[in-house]
Amino acid sequence: MKILVPVKRVIDFNVKVRVKPDGSGVDLANVKMAMNPFDEIAVEEALRLKEAGKAGEVVVVSIGGPEAVETIRTGLAMGADRGILVKTGQPPEPLAVAKALKAVVERESPELVILGKQAIDDDCNQTGQMLAALLGWPQGTFASKLVLEDGAAVVTREIDGGLETVRLALPAVVTTDLRLNEPRYASLPNIMRSKKKPVDEIDAAGLGVDMAPRLKVLKVEAPPARRAGIRVATPAELVDKLKNEAGVL
Amino acid sequence: MTTLLIAEHDNARLAEATARALTAALEIGGGIHVLVAGRDCAGAAGAAAKLAGVARVLVADDERLAHPLAEPLAALIVAMAGPYDALVAPATTFGKNVMPRVAALLDVAQVSDITAVVAPDTFVRPIYAGNAIETVQSTDAKTVVTVRASAFKPAADGGSAPVEAVGAGAATGEASAFVSAEIPELERPELTSARVIVSGGRAFESAERFRACLEPLADKLGAAIGASRAAVDAGYAANDLQVGQTGKVVAPELYIACGISGAIQHLAGMKDSRVIVAINKDPEAPIFQIADYGLVGDVFELLPELEKAL
Ligand SMILES: Cc1cc2nc3c(=O)[nH]c(=O)nc-3n(C[C@H](O)[C@H](O)[C@H](O)COP(=O)(O)OP(=O)(O)OC[C@H]3O[C@@H](n4cnc5c(N)ncnc54)[C@H](O)[C@@H]3O)c2cc1C
Repeated sequence: MKILVPVKRVIDFNVKVRVKPDGSGVDLANVKMAMNPFDEIAVEEALRLKEAGKAGEVVVVSIGGPEAVETIRTGLAMGADRGILVKTGQPPEPLAVAKALKAVVERESPELVILGKQAIDDDCNQTGQMLAALLGWPQGTFASKLVLEDGAAVVTREIDGGLETVRLALPAVVTTDLRLNEPRYASLPNIMRSKKKPVDEIDAAGLGVDMAPRLKVLKVEAPPARRAGIRVATPAELVDKLKNEAGVL
Repeated sequence: MTTLLIAEHDNARLAEATARALTAALEIGGGIHVLVAGRDCAGAAGAAAKLAGVARVLVADDERLAHPLAEPLAALIVAMAGPYDALVAPATTFGKNVMPRVAALLDVAQVSDITAVVAPDTFVRPIYAGNAIETVQSTDAKTVVTVRASAFKPAADGGSAPVEAVGAGAATGEASAFVSAEIPELERPELTSARVIVSGGRAFESAERFRACLEPLADKLGAAIGASRAAVDAGYAANDLQVGQTGKVVAPELYIACGISGAIQHLAGMKDSRVIVAINKDPEAPIFQIADYGLVGDVFELLPELEKAL
């Protein structure tokens, strides 16, 4: 069984982002970039399935500019077998990404696609669900546990009230939550080995899908700042302030 | 213009997030129809009919909708979508699961997690864990929107909308099946609607100490309990208590962060609280930069004292 893992290049989660003064977006110049953390969890899960003998090949795919190949290399260094870069101009919206991924799925015929539940840049939480819809496949979103058995994926999902388990007939789409696993670091030999692993490059235009944006970003602003307040010395003083100054007790 | 609001409910009761999403739907404008899709869901439908501003309640009652599985529910919504200009749901795990599937089947974009309505096609939403706020305009014929519940007040009761049955024949999706759910009975207010939240982080060292320190305080305050990711990962608290960029977003009157450092991913979920208190032994902890009241010290000593002082 083949597993496809889409990966996105995003600002590293530790970087404090700055909004550009002209309100057109956030400043990405000279900022540390990394694989979206949820996608690392997706790669890790695919590798564990392969190591457990449940999957044959793990293919990582990224949709973006030429620099997205770095993110693919990160996945290869973790242990994925090969990569696919679908090259686009401007950063595509989730619907366009889902359409491009559908085209890749049709070429590659994986039985399972594992994606991160959300990208930490646009915080959309859409692509996996959209891909499942376009393929007509079932979806197991926000997974904290994934078990493959007799042509099905049994997915435990983190939901607002607790946990829910669903059974999906394969092929299926799964999106990862934080507790699914702890991703490995790439070892040096694996990083060296990954340099020889193949990465196919496809032009998005060649996939014959409509990638045009549907949303117009009118402006991007910094959030209203919250000022630091005061220090109190004792719990009793805190209670007094909450009662008599803030009026919340 | 007409809007279809997808209700979140457990068949018997309507989730409060639905009433909050209704407030956003009312700002989008037009007549508002509420879809209650479930099994034996008359209780939830009745509650939806009482919300002020609802024009009609449409009930799809079918075995296949007993659990809110994305596949049959999205198929049903898409079959009903024709006359609607906007499709709206709360940005809870329910709405986040279903609505992108609906949007893709309709070949339109989704605007996720909106915090304000600027115009019927233009919305404000946080990106980068709330470190930037974007205003986006949809150019599609229909808009699909999920609503950040904490950013909108719940719509009031006082309506009396007609309740009509609709067919659920379109709700197909054999490829997925519900197996089980672990939904612990709530012993205290729900995180997303609580007036006060007491939240704990990695400082607590064990599930026992987490509970022993936070529960008495929460009981005294009638508060909900929240947690940082570190506390959830370490097993001190259940996953559904996680507050943050990738957990729940809350905006209570009072948020008391105990032994939480204040990582941006955590702040993303609580920085719109009205009053923030931080209790941390590290005077340099970033949480103090956004706290209205800071108390430096050991949570194991300070929390019992705080509880007594209340
Ligand atoms: C993709 C991604 C998503 C994430 N999503 C979230 C999210 O949704 N929510 C979230 O919370 N985090 C999230 N995180 C994690 C986040 O980056 C932080 O790691 C996490 O919030 C830290 O939790 P903490 O503050 O409890 O732990 P720490 O950062 O370890 O802080 C513990 C604090 O406790 C204090 N302390 C220790 N002992 C005591 C004591 N006895 N008395 C008083 N104070 C004490 C310390 O001084 C310290 O400030 C995410 C991270 C990533 C990469």
